[in-house]
Amino acid sequence: MGILRTFALGGIHPAENKLSSNAPIETLPVPKQAIVPLGQNLGAPSKPIVKKGDEVKVGQLIAEAGGFISTNIHSPVSGKVLKIDNAIDGSGYKRPCIIINTTEDEWADGIDTSKDIVSEITLESKEIIEKIKNAGIVGLGGATFPTYVKLMPPTGKIAEYLIINGVECEPYLTADHRMMLEMGQEIIIGIRILMKALNVKKAFIGIENNKPDAISHLNELLKGSDDIEVQPLKVQYPQGGEKQLIKASVNREVPSGKLPIEVGCVVQNVGTAFAVYEAVQKNKPLIERVVTVTGKAVKKPSNFMVRIGTQISELIDAAEGLPEDTGKIIGGGPMMGKAITSLEIPVVKGTSGILLMKKDESSRNVEGPCIRCSKCTYVCPMGLEPFLLSKAAKLGNYEMAENEAIMDCIECGSCQYGCPSAIPLLDYLRLGKLKVGQILRNRNNK
Amino acid sequence: MDNIIIIAISALGGLGLIMAIILYFIANKFKVFEDPKIDEVEEALPSANCGGCGFPGCRAYAEATVVSAKEKGNLDGLNCPVGGNDVSQEVGKILGLEVEAKDPMIAVIRCNGSRTNSPEKVSYEGATSCAFAHALYSGEGGCMHGCLGLGDCVDSCDFEAIHMNPETGLPEVNNKCTACNACVIACPRDIIELRKRGPKDKRIFVSCINQEKGAPAKKNCAVACIGCTKCQKECKFDAITITSFLAYIDFDKCTLCRKCVDVCPTNAIHEINFKPRKPRPEKPKASAPVGDKSVTRKPVEKPAGDAPKAAPVADTPKKESATTEKTIENKDNKE
Amino acid sequence: MNKFFISGSPHIQGEESTKKIMYGVVIAMIPTMLFSIYFFGVDAIRVFLIAIVASLFFEWIIQKYLIKGALTINDGSALVTAILLALNLPSNLPTWMIIIGALVAIGMAKMSFGGLGKNVFNPALVARVFLLVSFPVEMTSWPKPSPITEGLADVVTGPTPLGIVKEGLGANKTMSELAPEIPSYTQGLMGDMGGSMGEVSAIALILGGVYMMWKKIITWHIPVSMLLTVAIFSGIFWGVDPEHYADPVFHMLTGGMLLGAIFMATDMVSSPMTKSGQLVYGFGIGLLTILIRMWGAYPEGVSFAILIMNAVVPLINRGFKPKRFGVNPGVALNK
Repeated sequence: MGILRTFALGGIHPAENKLSSNAPIETLPVPKQAIVPLGQNLGAPSKPIVKKGDEVKVGQLIAEAGGFISTNIHSPVSGKVLKIDNAIDGSGYKRPCIIINTTEDEWADGIDTSKDIVSEITLESKEIIEKIKNAGIVGLGGATFPTYVKLMPPTGKIAEYLIINGVECEPYLTADHRMMLEMGQEIIIGIRILMKALNVKKAFIGIENNKPDAISHLNELLKGSDDIEVQPLKVQYPQGGEKQLIKASVNREVPSGKLPIEVGCVVQNVGTAFAVYEAVQKNKPLIERVVTVTGKAVKKPSNFMVRIGTQISELIDAAEGLPEDTGKIIGGGPMMGKAITSLEIPVVKGTSGILLMKKDESSRNVEGPCIRCSKCTYVCPMGLEPFLLSKAAKLGNYEMAENEAIMDCIECGSCQYGCPSAIPLLDYLRLGKLKVGQILRNRNNK
Repeated sequence: MDNIIIIAISALGGLGLIMAIILYFIANKFKVFEDPKIDEVEEALPSANCGGCGFPGCRAYAEATVVSAKEKGNLDGLNCPVGGNDVSQEVGKILGLEVEAKDPMIAVIRCNGSRTNSPEKVSYEGATSCAFAHALYSGEGGCMHGCLGLGDCVDSCDFEAIHMNPETGLPEVNNKCTACNACVIACPRDIIELRKRGPKDKRIFVSCINQEKGAPAKKNCAVACIGCTKCQKECKFDAITITSFLAYIDFDKCTLCRKCVDVCPTNAIHEINFKPRKPRPEKPKASAPVGDKSVTRKPVEKPAGDAPKAAPVADTPKKESATTEKTIENKDNKE
Repeated sequence: MNKFFISGSPHIQGEESTKKIMYGVVIAMIPTMLFSIYFFGVDAIRVFLIAIVASLFFEWIIQKYLIKGALTINDGSALVTAILLALNLPSNLPTWMIIIGALVAIGMAKMSFGGLGKNVFNPALVARVFLLVSFPVEMTSWPKPSPITEGLADVVTGPTPLGIVKEGLGANKTMSELAPEIPSYTQGLMGDMGGSMGEVSAIALILGGVYMMWKKIITWHIPVSMLLTVAIFSGIFWGVDPEHYADPVFHMLTGGMLLGAIFMATDMVSSPMTKSGQLVYGFGIGLLTILIRMWGAYPEGVSFAILIMNAVVPLINRGFKPKRFGVNPGVALNK
């Protein structure tokens, strides 16, 4: 095999800590109450179409897309709509949610709940995309970008490759890893469906080399076919970033400020491929997902298949409780995840993991002066100068930040991870992106 | 010797002359006509270049006034918040226009979620920037409308008129405020509002912008406005409106009668720079404290003249609920 | 209830810290220190101790009474500066001059800019050049190395090999005539020659450099580009006229070349931020060093070259940006 592929610029290698990689996916019981936020995807929130007191079934449409970049939401449980009210979600804010009290587990009509694998793809590209759109599928890697939008390249652009993201470069998280091991067949059918939808001839599955079992398992399943190729990649964070993965897999660089389709690539997560399989072959909308519950102090680091809307406290209970000295709860991985303010928030489509950090891990180091060691510049996968950008953002020099391409930042956090002075570089970069984004929007509106 | 001196003088002098002639013609050719009034107006402005008027600096504002006077014959929409009435009268005089007197304004912090009123539920670490924290989460106290206490407003102020109180974790405005609007723009949660300074700096406002229903609002903050409409019913001047569970006092209609302050069950309405009320034993209800908010509240410190009266503050909860803003302002008054 | 922490991502932090980097540099300097103690005896220990104590004292007093910030003497940066300064001095320098050197290094070159991370010039080099210009005699009478093993003989002072060559060539001698006076390559490698304490032993310096590269404290870019430039330029002249120009290996091993390349030029604070910039920086230092050594008034030019290039660093930082992802993709785009 020779030298393993990876992306060119920067990158770090934090301690992997994949504590739950040997824990098989467990299906959690249906929650007593499901809290379904209306804004679960990148883009416009969805519009509810049920009202208080309505009876709903599992998989029934309860909210529909509220714009072009938006998705449908289906009921994850069957029961009665308690209310449509503001409840705290992963953002830390109270946002409109549909709250459903579960009565029994009754599925909506037409959904195939059996475990049988349906491998024959009968639908045409248009129908597949329509089905994916209706099933409310979003990118399950965490970005929650509506999948169907990615499957419709703008006119004049043709997709050449489909790249499946099985990298899971975030430390701790193992949801994708377990899915590849346990749902390999479904994922491969899902990939073929996506390939048909996009009309591409070749797909790559990028998997980091720290998951040799997943690589060999998928290779085993793919024996004799050459439309899909498994690519072992060198372990390097942030390889799961779209642009980095494309560079690693097919050695193409997405131009600054452009989308992957510009270089003929579409990237989808393995979890998304599984969801696509279920939606297209089984008529099952996106109502559940695999969530890793992990952390150094967690008694039983696990991977759970849970319904959307389950409160994370239930997941933590299933992992044998909240450890005594938990100092921080993170929705997602430790590099890009979001700190959570409360245990009451529900699992949403984008929740890939719940990470419980110990007290001594949670607090940041004391910030020191920048010693201009340029380590942030060396590790930046986008070739930016984080020290300069964060300083510009801190001082309010947004013009400079814009000229130094702050909008290219993918917020991977490599710069801050490696900073010897523990400067909150990414905090300021985010602030800068926020402000520069506002300035750009104002300029475009004029 | 003489020769050399003469040559040197004539050479340099001649050079200078030629340059002068060239410069004269160039200056004439590229002359830009500027209304001399612009300079006059600029002279009259405070030259703080704060941008409070919405123009990049005083010069740009002066140009805008001259253009407006010429084209529209009035100065509508042009206001130098720093200079206030005096300056606008002056500018009006220069441009030969009548300018209506405007009430002086001051920035008001409409949040009282101090550490005791809205205890921390989580602790924040990271960049000291409200804009960033606003994008990250709802706030240490849990209120998603309240002050984040990281001081973007303080950074934005060019006049040292706003400071963080380390005890309450809230900003406080002092009398140096010029109502330039910079902090209003800087605050990501729109907590700061420009309100009328009021006679003798007396003002009444709702110190809360929480739009949640009563119960959830109260859960996070003891002094939240719960939208109970008591003040609205009490007000005889239609000055109070309630939208999405939040009262708002229209300062143009408010007569500073202080009745709403009395009825507010959560002490969300603040009165500032009023004399302390005489004890009213016949109406004990008004003073019944609703939750203890007085821990960090200092008793009202009054202008120098009435200082002795400050001691018997029987009606404490109401007065104390006004922020310590008072204290600072009164100190300033004394100076 | 437990109070959770809230912060932006990332939530984990690497192992690196400023302290670790600084003490890493100190560890890398240990071989050089040992060699200098071996060659220059007790005097070397005196210089080290005085430089360290004085530097830490000045750092502490300035931080405490002038800057009034958190105490920083523990972060190791003052220690690194002190040892670097000591390595740049002859072992027989009077004590009071070392203290002045420490004051210049810490007070003038570092703290007056605002402390760690803000200085434009390498503090130890500023102090060395300050001393060199102020006390040229004391700073250029280097004791001949006499290993401790050979007993404590009287100290004999003499010029450095570079001084011998400079003076010899100035007096119209040829290199072959000077050959007996200058040390052999083995002597140069081990450090058995006149010079400042840290300059003499090439092998110890290289050991330190390899350690720092292994620990990822420095990258190869600056030392390699600097030494390569020196080798190429001195090589060209030597190739053309070996009788009047010293050979590249001589240039490498003598004077402050290796000390400068490994410990001084690579100082994080005063070197460029990008790898391409570092190559340019190293090239500039190498070129200036050779120019000063061959045609300048001083026999040695590394310190001046580094200081001059320090001043250019902000320009280099502007001109040499890292290669950005997706700016020149260089692959066929979607048709």
